[in-house]
Amino acid sequence: MKPFLELSQIGKTYPTPAGPPAVIVENFNLRLRKGEFVTLIGHSGCGKSTVLSMIAGLTEPSTGGMILAGREVAGAGPDRGVVFQAPCLLPWFTAFENVMLGVDQVYYTADAEERRQIAEYYLSVVGLGEAMHLRPASLSQGMRQRAGIARAFALSPKLLLLDEPFGMLDSLTRYELQEVLLDLWQRNQKTALMVTHDVDEALFLSDRVVMMTNGPAATVGEVLEVGFPRPRSRAQLLADPAYYALREQLIGFLEERSHLRPVAAPPPAVPPPSRPAASRRPLQRLLGALTAA
Amino acid sequence: MKRLKLDWLILPLFGLAVILAAWAISSATWASNLPSPLKTWESSRDYVLQPFAKRGEMDQGILRFTWYSLVLVAQGYALAVLVGTPIGFLLGLSRTFARTFDPLIQILRPVSPLAWLPLGLVLFLNTGKEAGTYGALFTIAICSMWPTVLNTAVGVRAVPQDYLNVGRVLKLSRWKMLTRILIPATLPYMFTGFRLSLGIAWLVIVAAEMLTGRPGVGGFLWQEYNSLIYEHIILSIIVIGLVGFVLDRLMSLLESRFKTA
Ligand SMILES: Nc1ncnc2c1ncn2[C@@H]1O[C@H](COP(=O)(O)OP(=O)(O)O)[C@@H](O)[C@H]1O
Ligand SMILES: [Mg+2]
Repeated sequence: MKPFLELSQIGKTYPTPAGPPAVIVENFNLRLRKGEFVTLIGHSGCGKSTVLSMIAGLTEPSTGGMILAGREVAGAGPDRGVVFQAPCLLPWFTAFENVMLGVDQVYYTADAEERRQIAEYYLSVVGLGEAMHLRPASLSQGMRQRAGIARAFALSPKLLLLDEPFGMLDSLTRYELQEVLLDLWQRNQKTALMVTHDVDEALFLSDRVVMMTNGPAATVGEVLEVGFPRPRSRAQLLADPAYYALREQLIGFLEERSHLRPVAAPPPAVPPPSRPAASRRPLQRLLGALTAA
Repeated sequence: MKRLKLDWLILPLFGLAVILAAWAISSATWASNLPSPLKTWESSRDYVLQPFAKRGEMDQGILRFTWYSLVLVAQGYALAVLVGTPIGFLLGLSRTFARTFDPLIQILRPVSPLAWLPLGLVLFLNTGKEAGTYGALFTIAICSMWPTVLNTAVGVRAVPQDYLNVGRVLKLSRWKMLTRILIPATLPYMFTGFRLSLGIAWLVIVAAEMLTGRPGVGGFLWQEYNSLIYEHIILSIIVIGLVGFVLDRLMSLLESRFKTA
């Protein structure tokens, strides 16, 4: 099966005033299936945002190329909805107007009433039905991020890109918004790539966790399958011993192996689509690794 | 709390008293041509108490003169804002434009209104009787334009990259990028520039009216100096200062309204 998003040999270097250019990301390969939720995890400063921003088209990659839904990607566009870490709502617009700015761009054939309904729909799905006509200054941090999520989904993009969208929220709000996100993702059958540094968030949300090695010249280190059946509930996950094994593996990578370069750097294989079957595989891999050691 | 309130009232009054005393003593001792505060008041009373009277071309109530000056300043200032804001945007948006014109702006900026005015008169010499008006407008505009130009340029350069990225992700057209993102984001800077520009425009009016002999508070000042009525110089200075202060306050109010955006 052809991947929905394919990154091949993506790299980013920045020129330095003196000396050799700084290699931030190198040989980054990743394939996403349609409808998949993948998280990207790694130490702060390793280049996660750089990768995301290259996919969004906001940063030009120095090497490599990417294909989204069969087409080469060049430049930014509303086919990739971005949720930024700081929600980046325009402060002179209300939440509704912020969403409308994108809706007007994407649904330019629809009439004004239809566009208004689209914006209102997404705003009420994320729980801003009452507050959509407030400016960001009168919204809480969490409500702003809700609006940010509504803005991204309202574009009805092929791909969702999220850069630590919940990083600045308290944990209760974070849990709430994770569910909002998961619900929207499931309803709209979107493909999503999200950057996080939160291990539990990664496991709760994603089908696969891509672990990045430390910079400079960061790349894909290991990839973890998260095969828990959907829809997921936090309680059910916490009751599953497999959850802790995966968690350990993730933390083990971040603490011990993230500085190691991948041995052969094989392009990650597209995993089989059967999700429940995949749930045992990480455990087996863990066991395999233990017996091999 | 009470103390604070008293401070607010008493200290400025005390400051005023000190200045009045220094003024009275000076006029009684070393500056014998300086009219005393009392004499100044007596000779200015008609102008202040009938502020809108018109007794002759150069003999009118002080607020009437002030009004003439304000109208001229408003025109010149409007010109400065209309020309200066787009220049500021170009400077902020285009590196090439900035490289080309920045040195020129740095050189023109410190030139005094007294130097611009004759050039303005020459420029509009062929308009005949109106040359004075156009020359004055030109001078006010070109002198007061720079804070608007420079602050707008700084504001455009300071638009957060995140906001621009929002525009890029949405593939906004140039026009929408300008009206939905760049202008609103730059507005607070623009208003700082507008406020400073208005201050300068008001500063220039006196020079412009003096040299062109137009009726107005500055022209009045110069005429009364030539007629040896020194009390009215002081009256004019006080009025010019008060008007400038009020204008600045009004612009500050406007500016703070846009700060929240
Ligand atoms: N414009 C730039 N010029 C030079 N270096 C940059 C630039 N942007 C990011 N970097 C560097 O790239 C590295 C990765 O940054 P980033 O992608 O933001 O990391 P992460 O999101 O994983 O925390 C950092 O070391 C940062 O200093
Ligand atoms: Mg980052």
